[in-house]
Amino acid sequence: MSGSKEISRRDFIKVTTGIVGGAIGAAIGLPSIFYLIDPALQEGGKDIWVSIGKFEDMQVGVPYPFSFTRVQVNGWERTSNSFGGYAIRKSDNPDDLLILNSRCTHLACTVNWNAEAQEYICPCHDAAFDIEGRVLGGPPPRPLDKFEDFRMTEDGRIEILSKAG
Amino acid sequence: MWKKIYDWLDERLGLQDMYANLLDRPEPKGNWWNTLGSASLFLFVMQGLTGIFLTVYYTPSPDHAYDSIQYIMEGVAFGWLIRGIHHWGATLMVLVVFVHMLRVFFTASFKYPRELTWLIGIGLLLLTLGMGFTGYLLPWNQRAFWATTVGTQIAGSVPFIGEFILKALRGGPDLSALTLQRFFSAHIWILPLLLAGLIGIHLFLIIKHGESHFPSKED
Repeated sequence: MSGSKEISRRDFIKVTTGIVGGAIGAAIGLPSIFYLIDPALQEGGKDIWVSIGKFEDMQVGVPYPFSFTRVQVNGWERTSNSFGGYAIRKSDNPDDLLILNSRCTHLACTVNWNAEAQEYICPCHDAAFDIEGRVLGGPPPRPLDKFEDFRMTEDGRIEILSKAG
Repeated sequence: MWKKIYDWLDERLGLQDMYANLLDRPEPKGNWWNTLGSASLFLFVMQGLTGIFLTVYYTPSPDHAYDSIQYIMEGVAFGWLIRGIHHWGATLMVLVVFVHMLRVFFTASFKYPRELTWLIGIGLLLLTLGMGFTGYLLPWNQRAFWATTVGTQIAGSVPFIGEFILKALRGGPDLSALTLQRFFSAHIWILPLLLAGLIGIHLFLIIKHGESHFPSKED
């Protein structure tokens, strides 16, 4: 090609081979990548309201345990995931509830309320949280998560918003 | 910079020699029929790659095989493409390998000194058919199930040792989870490894002897 504007036969073959090869490579390569990462791109479930119990059954100052399962479709199978937590009633006002997630903020084991010690204890790494979820000891990086969105239905049930995923 | 790296590698790996011997070797004046061996090799590599991709989702168990393939076809992005290529590539590979064999036969390329290349080629054809036979069961649908029932029954009609062959193929007297599992194992490990090994020897012999001339009218 030096000096002349005409492309030599050899260079033409090189360039077209490169372009056609690149196009074929992209046409196969990109779908392949999407094929592999597809499950990571899928949306989880929806946000749903879950009933956790009657407000009148909750005693003031005593954590009220609840649990529920959600089913998620993974590939060609359904996987059920268990969730749980404690509702702490503080007064007669149904808005005055603290609803904690019993999933430990360290490595996601389930914490249990220990009435004697007045602590939530995690069986995995001896984490301890006080009744409102603050860290008392052990490895957790932050307090227990809260279900921020909850409401009372007309028949006196407390419902929490279980987020997708 | 690149030149330096290339020179360093070339000095130790002999890239230039490899290029000259493998890709720049003299060829007889041929025609498109001479490309069928390369086409077979390409199809083998393509079947290998798409097959590896399919194992990301496919599950060789009677409970999940069918559902996992339905999921590949309908749930996974471009799953239909990967499985489509593997499905049609398999048929095409049997065809191309067979026509390649016919070409070698009609141009008498199997003669001295290439008899071994020919014999190994027969092994490659049989292994390709074996890949087709074992792969056919894996979707675990009605067609796959009954095709394998019939296929193993035919193998079982061999005198004296037929029953043993049938049980060895099926992993028992019936078509079961064991059959699916051993066909899967044969399909993704045993047969491909044998194929790859024999292809290596086949290619070595081709490079060693060079390709045969097209016979002229005097031949």
